[in-house]
Amino acid sequence: MGIQAYSGSGWVLTKLEELINWGRKRSPWPLPYGTACCGIEMMCALASGYDMARFGAERPSFSPRQADVLIEAGTISKKMVPILQRIYDQMAEPKWVIAMGACACSGGVFRTYSTLQGIDKVIPVDVYVPGCPPRPEGLLYALIKVMEKIEKDHPLRKQFEQLELAGSCGNA
Amino acid sequence: MLKDMVQGCLGPLAVCMNECQGDLSVEVSKPQVLEVLRRLKDDPGLGFDFLSDLFGVDNSDLHKKKPAPKKAAGEGAADAEPEQPGPLPPRFEVIYLLLSLKTNKRLQVKVKVPEDDMTVDSATSIWKAATWPERETFDMYGIRFKGHPDLRKLLMWDEFPAHPLRKDYPLEGLGEERHLIYE
Ligand code: SF4
Repeated sequence: MGIQAYSGSGWVLTKLEELINWGRKRSPWPLPYGTACCGIEMMCALASGYDMARFGAERPSFSPRQADVLIEAGTISKKMVPILQRIYDQMAEPKWVIAMGACACSGGVFRTYSTLQGIDKVIPVDVYVPGCPPRPEGLLYALIKVMEKIEKDHPLRKQFEQLELAGSCGNA
Repeated sequence: MLKDMVQGCLGPLAVCMNECQGDLSVEVSKPQVLEVLRRLKDDPGLGFDFLSDLFGVDNSDLHKKKPAPKKAAGEGAADAEPEQPGPLPPRFEVIYLLLSLKTNKRLQVKVKVPEDDMTVDSATSIWKAATWPERETFDMYGIRFKGHPDLRKLLMWDEFPAHPLRKDYPLEGLGEERHLIYE
């Protein structure tokens, strides 16, 4: 085994990563951040009819510190930008963002002085859901896309690379 | 009749009255607006005790030159009215919508606000409900209300530099942004 097991893509590392990804994928706790009409559709997706909990989004987390997926559903006015940024900053890594609806993606019909023209201007977005509003199925699909994205992640390798980088910097 | 009652209550304070589709509006001059509102509220017959809304209007379109109206064929040049320059109407207006809960009658009170003197007496001493609409009018048009207890912007953030409902402000704004600043 030796070093290969810990760095690069050794067998132990990849299996361990798979295990971690499996765990993360099956429990993407959402932070429901509904700011306008899309929020209603998000509530519908979370409630018993569509039951987002069957994808592991069991507990809508109203504290950003315990959330994994920020579901931004609705219009963001420019006055609200600092609040959105702060909430994103407060979420612990790893974190993902779903921009739900035309407003969150691009400002939607509100091309005005007071509306942020897409939340990707201020925070990184992983999945965009088009529609005004999108149907709950659209949000579920976005959550599945996030899960696919989690599956491709390499959580340990990233950390080892960072360690190695730090080590090499220290030696030099 | 409501019109006669208002006329009787206000007397010479009413600069002009106008009835349009059953809605009565009365224009009063700016220095007397508080006096007028108080009289309308306290008058036992009228009793306009409820301020349902208060807002501003930007009439700057009236300042623009109107395109010449098309003349119908057959009309002679004698009918053409000469351009009347006249004094321009004041740019802004503040409108109070009053409701009497006793008689279920409504009344508009209009005050013209010229651009070089954008201060109106605050109606908060008569109706507490005027607080937020006055803040909104200040935010959107830059009309100041004298005697308002807390005249901050209502809708836009505090550092926002413009008054967005003025007609010369572009719909998409001038690129104002707000950012998160950690101290
Ligand atoms: S995208 Fe449509 S439904 Fe969603 S918040 Fe905007 S206006 Fe409302």
